[in-house]
Amino acid sequence: MAREQARIDVRKTYKLYVGGAFPRSESGYSYEVRDAKGGFLANAALASRKDARDAVVAARRAQAGWAGRTAYNRGQVLYRVAEIIEDRRPQFVAAVRSSEGLSGSRAEAVVDAVVDRLVWYAGWADKLTQVVGNANPVAGQFFNLSTPEPTGVVAVLAPQGSSLLGLVSTIAPAVVTGNTVVVVSSYARPLPAVTLGEALATSDVPGGVVNILTGDALAVGPWLASHMDVNAIDLVGLAGTDGAAEAATAMEVAAADNLKRVRRAPAAEPDWTREPSLSAMTDLLEIKTVWHPMGV
Amino acid sequence: MGIDFDYAPAPESTGIVDIKESYGLFVDGQFRDGHGTPFKTVNPATEEVLAEVAEADASDVDRAVRAARSAYDKVWSRMPGAERAKYLFRIARIIQERGRELAVLESIDNGKPIREARDVDVPTVAAHFFYYAGWADKLKHSGYGETPLGVAGQVIPWNFPLLMLAWKVAPALACGNTVVLKPAETTPLTALLFAEICQQADLPPGVVNIVTGAGATGQAIVDHPGVDKIAFTGSTGVGKAIARSVAGTDKRVTLELGGKAANIVFDDAPIDQAVEGVVTGIFFNQGHVCCAGSRLLVQESVAEEFLDRLKRRMSTLRVGDPLDKNTDVGAINSAAQLARITELTQAGEAEGAGRWSPDCELPQRGFWFPPTLFTEVSTAHRIAREEIFGPVLSVLTFRTPDEAVAKANNTPYGLSAGVWTEKGSRILAMAGQLRAGVVWANTFNKFDPTSPFGGYKESGFGREGGRHGLAAYLEGGR
Repeated sequence: MAREQARIDVRKTYKLYVGGAFPRSESGYSYEVRDAKGGFLANAALASRKDARDAVVAARRAQAGWAGRTAYNRGQVLYRVAEIIEDRRPQFVAAVRSSEGLSGSRAEAVVDAVVDRLVWYAGWADKLTQVVGNANPVAGQFFNLSTPEPTGVVAVLAPQGSSLLGLVSTIAPAVVTGNTVVVVSSYARPLPAVTLGEALATSDVPGGVVNILTGDALAVGPWLASHMDVNAIDLVGLAGTDGAAEAATAMEVAAADNLKRVRRAPAAEPDWTREPSLSAMTDLLEIKTVWHPMGV
Repeated sequence: MGIDFDYAPAPESTGIVDIKESYGLFVDGQFRDGHGTPFKTVNPATEEVLAEVAEADASDVDRAVRAARSAYDKVWSRMPGAERAKYLFRIARIIQERGRELAVLESIDNGKPIREARDVDVPTVAAHFFYYAGWADKLKHSGYGETPLGVAGQVIPWNFPLLMLAWKVAPALACGNTVVLKPAETTPLTALLFAEICQQADLPPGVVNIVTGAGATGQAIVDHPGVDKIAFTGSTGVGKAIARSVAGTDKRVTLELGGKAANIVFDDAPIDQAVEGVVTGIFFNQGHVCCAGSRLLVQESVAEEFLDRLKRRMSTLRVGDPLDKNTDVGAINSAAQLARITELTQAGEAEGAGRWSPDCELPQRGFWFPPTLFTEVSTAHRIAREEIFGPVLSVLTFRTPDEAVAKANNTPYGLSAGVWTEKGSRILAMAGQLRAGVVWANTFNKFDPTSPFGGYKESGFGREGGRHGLAAYLEGGR
């Protein structure tokens, strides 16, 4: 009797997440992703300039609709993402563990923090306007109200080190207020970002609200920084990269072409376990003030 | 026998102002000579030279920044907020007491009607100092913490010289910063009078420093490593240059830049009020207003009637001597600005728009431009896209609210917008969709110290006025 052959496993193709779909890079390029010990993990799509532009188009198309949802609904949608990550916990723990070289319990703690962070931001959806808006007592018979609005399409260069908690901590504050994002994942640790995209695709987040590119922030970042249909850019992912200061300066210069709102790169990657400050959200908001006369 | 209904001249006396032959820089509490090449400031209504003003070069700017740093370290950042507040209240009171003097000087140096300088600019300046004075000892309730940034470099334009100074200086000082401010080269005089007011208020030396000059002086401020924060009001072109200059530094920046606001009139709008609002929107301050309603979007069904009434109203605007109390539209601020307005309006004609101005006699000397409107303007015309910064209105039409929103937002700018309709739900829906920092509904060009002002998109970032205005000058505001 012939000996039964070992089953050949089916490997996953890691792709981009753009406009709610999973395309390969238009460039046809991929790159090797290795675990913390140098072992081969996967080939990830290497996002190109064209992928970045496609992602901006998808983000722009989704923006008005997403901002037009009620704050309550955006909060529900974000909370649902937390639920789905909780539900797929083993997959996320494995992705973080292999990418960041953490022990099982440390990786569990990261996923705990990710879920809690999403729940925290979900709750802000229908509260931030009350905290950062104002009724203004002008000297005259006028109704005068200042409220925050999303700035529009936000490009995020996600942190290089914290591949899931850092990623979620930069996406969530942008989208909870009605922005849409194009995010470039950690270069060396892209797999948690791909897994997040797969979770988002099965959540209630509309396609195009979050677009995830795996690849090199130093290569893709300049195209996003100079893109005239991007309203803001978060450069935090440059922290700790080679030539970060020069790259950050060049991207800030490029961002001035259409006066993007810029979140500058810190000298070192922030401690993502700390409770975020409101500026993570308010830096990506515009204050609109509406006047109307009062009278009968 | 007919009755003559013409206005008699009603000139404001200039006896109240004492313009010196020459002015120095105000650094560390004293007036000093500058090391650049002195320049002249002229009365744009007469082209007469008013005074010679020192130009600050990089060494002068450096001295001013050092004075500001020293005052920040030793005095101002250590002073309890309640004491800082009292200085600001003092300044506000002196501005009120010397209000007419400031208004007349502003009108002479800028060309704006005395009626506006007296009734809008100066009272709002005083109100701004009063408002922010009260914040100085309440910052812990601001939402942005209580930690100031340090030395603020502030560069302001010529259209509202003293008001823009107040928008910059009052919140900066209230939060505990010290300032180096550069007024525009064509309108330095009220800022220099403000320096005297600081002396009169016994404000500690170095807390406010005023350096005069043109673009090079401004660039020296922006580039100075001892400046922690840049606040700029002016053109989008210069704003972008500043954003590039500070890239890679830790300097905080707020920019209040150009605009091309749409003033949208629906068919159910109260037509006379809307006509008045459109006139205020574009002809206030000769149209030298970044938030001017320079694009009229009028619903097609009422466009003809609206334009008839608008033209009739424009015919009653009195253009001329800024110091005449009956003048509605004063002088264009400079020959350079007049040339820009002239060039853009010529482009409007060349591109096929229909040009109209009321009959109005302009003075022989000085810089003047008649109130002008263009019809048959398309969204592609330069006069619909570029900021003219003069008394020139471009008229477009629309059929549906969606079309109005699309046309209004079809601009890289996003400073302000206007909506005229009797329907409340439509006002709120429009206000929500217009990508602009200030939306005036059934009113236009209203300003108040408690009300945040500032733009979306290429109109800049940051807000001036209100609680939000504190964010620009506190560590917690980033």
